[in-house]
Amino acid sequence: MSDLQSQDYVRRSASTMTPPSARSHEEQVAKLIDVSRCIGCKACQTACMEWNDLRPEIGHFEGTYQNPADLGPSVWTLMKFAEYENEQGNLEWLIRKDGCMHCEDPGCLKACPAPGAIVQYANGIVDFISDKCIGCGYCVKGCPFDIPRISKTDHKSYKCTLCSDRVTVGLEPACVKACPTGAIMFGSKADMTHQAEERIIDLKSRGFEKAGLYDPAEVGGTHVMYVLHHADKPSLYSGLPDKPQISPMVTVWKGIVKPLAMVGVAMAALAGLFHWVAEGPNEVTEADEAEGERVLRESETEKSS
Amino acid sequence: MSASKTVITRYTTLNRVNHWINAICFVVMVLSGLSMFHPMLFFLSGLFGGGQWTRAMHPWVGIALLISYSGLVVQFWRENIWRKEDFAWLKAAQFVMVNEEEHAPPVGCNNAGQKLVFWSMTLLIPVLFLTGLVIWEVYFGESTPIPVQRAAVLIHSFAAIAAIIVWIVHVYAAIWVRDSMRAMTQGYVTPGWAWRHHRKWLEELASGQHGKNIIRKRP
Repeated sequence: MSDLQSQDYVRRSASTMTPPSARSHEEQVAKLIDVSRCIGCKACQTACMEWNDLRPEIGHFEGTYQNPADLGPSVWTLMKFAEYENEQGNLEWLIRKDGCMHCEDPGCLKACPAPGAIVQYANGIVDFISDKCIGCGYCVKGCPFDIPRISKTDHKSYKCTLCSDRVTVGLEPACVKACPTGAIMFGSKADMTHQAEERIIDLKSRGFEKAGLYDPAEVGGTHVMYVLHHADKPSLYSGLPDKPQISPMVTVWKGIVKPLAMVGVAMAALAGLFHWVAEGPNEVTEADEAEGERVLRESETEKSS
Repeated sequence: MSASKTVITRYTTLNRVNHWINAICFVVMVLSGLSMFHPMLFFLSGLFGGGQWTRAMHPWVGIALLISYSGLVVQFWRENIWRKEDFAWLKAAQFVMVNEEEHAPPVGCNNAGQKLVFWSMTLLIPVLFLTGLVIWEVYFGESTPIPVQRAAVLIHSFAAIAAIIVWIVHVYAAIWVRDSMRAMTQGYVTPGWAWRHHRKWLEELASGQHGKNIIRKRP
């Protein structure tokens, strides 16, 4: 995407200036994943590979439908299969399409030290501009959802782009287009929230009393949202964080430590400069030399006598 | 000033070569590290061929720094052992600061300030090395859980800033206390320098405690 001049940045990593944002009259978008309608067919995974030309290495069968085992530099979305025995003793197969949540307040972007390597567009999509990525892995530490993966071949970080290239030209993301059950939807964030509400009412009427929308406020909301049958326990869904937040350690590191360190280093250097200006050098005087030589001479004569 | 005919060897060639290898490594670590620490200093990565190169080479120079600093520890730990008199010197540091060193108790080979610089670096460099390993993405990115990496990167930042400040103190002291720099470049000091700054050390070496060869003709 870096080849297209988007001019609609709302955030840009490691930047102290306002990014180009004139063309920012855009609607906030969101992808809504209705977990209750997912059949685990992996059409979304395949569509993602197709559209983005991704071919992960062939792995091994691990005794689960989940394949590959984990997200990777070439696996930007992954169906995660969890088996849950509910209170009635029945098995529930909770299948969640994992991938970047496109946080409104992105931890990866906050942690990134390379100017412009991570950006957020006015429509809310968080995108990696791989050209500028230095491969340090700070985004991994910033992310509350454990999403970015660094390639061992090109040392760049990768994740779901929310098909920013498709969305820019008015298409829905590839996974949305491929989903056969309509479990993945795409539109304005307002529309998707509304859609979710209707669906949640329906789920509640069918006995899923705790059904709800996953749009965690701790990260300012997300541009990928889930409808969950057990919204009170998101962690049932292969470890979806109950309360995702940018780690306080990252906040401290990227917040207060930066200015504090700069001031500290500058103060130390200035203290040196002004000490020099005020007190001047500590120089050896002729009297010191005379005394020093006397000590050496006396010891000589002592030894020889 | 009348140039004295005899001088005192303060640092051997091995001491000096090791020190300057260490200095180069440290400066490279500071510049490359700061470029990945603050956006306004990212331009420093240009010195090393860009962000990717900076990220790739920083840990390797870190290994070199650890090895080189270990060499310095082996060579210098004895004269940096903390003694009771160091507290007395610290109490009199106010006089030293205003160039009235004669009011401070006589010091041996190293004063309390120098010892503090030595031990601070001896603590900080291994901390930087270990936390640096944890966040060395290429080789150890998957070796520790992400929360551990977050803690490591935070400690790494704090330790780095502390080390930079200690380093500024070290460099400034070498500029401020005249002819200290020559001790680390050419290796020698004059008897007057030793009398003024390290009187106990001068007396020790005059009584032959540091061997005969330490006092030699001026080169």
